[in-house]
Amino acid sequence: MTECIQLAGGKVYDPANGIDGEVRDLYVEQGCMVETPSSSPRTIDVSGMVVMPGGVDIHCHIAGPKVNLARKLQPEDHRRDPHPGTEHTRSGAGGTVPSTFATGYRYATLGYTTAMEAAVTPIGARHTIEELHDTPVIDKGFYVLLGNNIFLQQLIRDGRKEEFRQAVAWWVNATKAYTTKLVNPGGDEPWKGKKNSNVKDIDEKSDFIPVSPRQVIDAFVDTVNELGLPHPPHIHCNNLGHSGNFQTTLETMKTAGDRRAHLAHIQFHSYAGELGKNPKSASREIAEYVNDHPNITCDVGQVMFGKSTIMTADAPLAYMLRGFKKGKWVNADTECESGCGIVPFSYQEHIYVHALQWAIGLELFLLSKDPWRIVLSTDHPNGGSFMSYPKLIRLLMDREFRREEIKRVNQKAINSTILNELEREYTLNEIAIITRAGPARALNLSNKGHLGPGADADITIYDEMADKEAMFNAPRYVIKSGALIIEDHEFRRDYYGKLLHTEPGYDESIVAEVRPFFENYYSIEFPNYAVDDSYLHDHEVIATV
Amino acid sequence: MPLLLRQIAAPDVPMEADNITPDRLTGQGAADVERLALMHGSESRSIGDFFSATGSYDGIIDLQGDDLKRVKFIGAGMSRGTIRVEGDVGEHLGAGMGGGEILVNGNATDWVGPEMSGGRIEIHGNAGHLTGSAYRGASVGMTGGEIMVHGNVRNETGNAMRGGLIAIGGNSGDFTGVNMLSGSIFVLGELGIRTGAGMKRGSIISMKDAPLLPTFSYSCTYRPGYMTLYLLHLSRVFAIAEEYLQGSYKRYCGDSVELNRGEILLYAG
Repeated sequence: MTECIQLAGGKVYDPANGIDGEVRDLYVEQGCMVETPSSSPRTIDVSGMVVMPGGVDIHCHIAGPKVNLARKLQPEDHRRDPHPGTEHTRSGAGGTVPSTFATGYRYATLGYTTAMEAAVTPIGARHTIEELHDTPVIDKGFYVLLGNNIFLQQLIRDGRKEEFRQAVAWWVNATKAYTTKLVNPGGDEPWKGKKNSNVKDIDEKSDFIPVSPRQVIDAFVDTVNELGLPHPPHIHCNNLGHSGNFQTTLETMKTAGDRRAHLAHIQFHSYAGELGKNPKSASREIAEYVNDHPNITCDVGQVMFGKSTIMTADAPLAYMLRGFKKGKWVNADTECESGCGIVPFSYQEHIYVHALQWAIGLELFLLSKDPWRIVLSTDHPNGGSFMSYPKLIRLLMDREFRREEIKRVNQKAINSTILNELEREYTLNEIAIITRAGPARALNLSNKGHLGPGADADITIYDEMADKEAMFNAPRYVIKSGALIIEDHEFRRDYYGKLLHTEPGYDESIVAEVRPFFENYYSIEFPNYAVDDSYLHDHEVIATV
Repeated sequence: MPLLLRQIAAPDVPMEADNITPDRLTGQGAADVERLALMHGSESRSIGDFFSATGSYDGIIDLQGDDLKRVKFIGAGMSRGTIRVEGDVGEHLGAGMGGGEILVNGNATDWVGPEMSGGRIEIHGNAGHLTGSAYRGASVGMTGGEIMVHGNVRNETGNAMRGGLIAIGGNSGDFTGVNMLSGSIFVLGELGIRTGAGMKRGSIISMKDAPLLPTFSYSCTYRPGYMTLYLLHLSRVFAIAEEYLQGSYKRYCGDSVELNRGEILLYAG
């Protein structure tokens, strides 16, 4: 049941429609934004408040087998942060990796209404869809990991371009994914097969399958753009976290040429310095390249101090990080298609590397010239929980606050960056772009991230406050698909959003090619692999472009 | 006059009574106390449904009843005052407490004083598994205070303990001091198997010989200076034989799969 609502007198920030803080009325009917309603609306007086489209998280880890592994690994994290139910909402547990219910409700309490799970193995797709179905309020989708898929790498090796394209399209259909995800392309398989082996250079061919990361990236950028998936390949570059990795990142972007590509958590890939020594900032080089190439979008993957959980398909990276703290960790081998590692982690102000990562993220935000192509993210929960977004927004909007925070962290790290010289303050309009309009555009979600007629009525209304952290921490109203979910900071009803996925066309004959590979190497039967349509509940197929 | 809570109805299912602490009951009249909430299974009920309150809190809460075994979290998080219990108590007694004292004239069961940081718990009967330990998943358990059990305890006593004192008058089960980080555990009776598995630092002392893991190695037999001090402290509560005060102890160090800086001392006569 959705109401007909008039939002009267709010200051509207709708950058996709060129509206920057104008006072105007908005109308909601049948879950959509409308010019004029056909029935008499319920009027909500939002004068003096800030009205924005609902937030869109382009990169987070909120559902699926690896997320569940992280939950199981950290019962203490849940125990210390219970999430009580209310009259309308269900209970759960919080921490850096909240339970499904808590995830949905907590996103809603920040004004986010769409989130994309960024890394799901094909074999984990069914589990992911089940969990996403239980993640309330938000609309959601996921990216399927194909960058270390042995079958696809063999096709690349053999130069079978057409079969590769068909197979990628089949996989996206079979898993009900939104786009493809590459993680440390070409590196996980050798690591799984041989101690300490990983590809270290974008042109290095592993001795496992003689295919270089560049070939994998090129093949995916090509294919996904040809297939017209709404979002380009979502790339987690090689050498994440290593000093000097910005060269790899630049080469990755150069491989894309002028074709669409999305670089995930680019902060973790913007390090100068010598391999094995302390990193330095390469934010200028990376920001410059992104600024000059309109085909590239990226999300930052900001590090926020405090508890986090490293959760990645980059298994060699997790293996390296597990050595720093010597605490508990998990490695999971995921059949023939990816790797996985989970390491509970904590970013600390006084540690050089952590402070540098924090500073590099902020530099990237502040050096970016086109807010439409840089998206706010913490790579939840890798750089920190999504619950720290309001603080991050304040760091971007409030120079004085940023200066105070800079004083609290490792000064050696700060002095090796130009963060102190950056005076820029984000405006509310720019925040609306990097948290809403920009990611929606990068995802080609034409009904999200704006408030023009026909858009999904996903709306967040904040009290305007000087303290932006407090402001973005607690929207007064949250409307999801026309339903008033939060009113006066309280949940008024429950709501379950839909799965967003895409269905590129493919030639059925590719199935006969894929099938024998399964029968030879997989632990499950081929007919049980693809996710059946019965797993789709409320969903929307986003058209190819 | 202490506040007396006398059980008037037995619970059908386990209850969580974390409101029964001096911190919550200070300044409350008997009628107010009866109105405070407790969880009966998944239902929120009031203390008055199960207990009658008389008197008012003056630093001591007396808890009496025939079926307190299913009352969990008594004294959880308390920071001061005294709770005296007549009867057997349920799990999570004094969970996370930071101060004050809990005296149980009866048996306790699993999870006595998990993750406590201060204060004192004394059990006149037996206790169950995981006395003074970390909750599952946590890397640090008890960090301070003392737990004294006159009877026996079961497995994983002092799991991941980081400080404080646990003293057992009887025997302990297996894995005593598993993953211990520091602190002291005294077992006047017999230790079970795999004592100190994964311990980094800390001391585990027993008055009986015990089977040890192969990752513990014998270092010497000596008379530790601190032993007299500790045993005199324990003698206020337990009967400590004179020969323990004068005797020598075999020292084993371990666990060598970890730092190898922990010690197990076994009375050698």
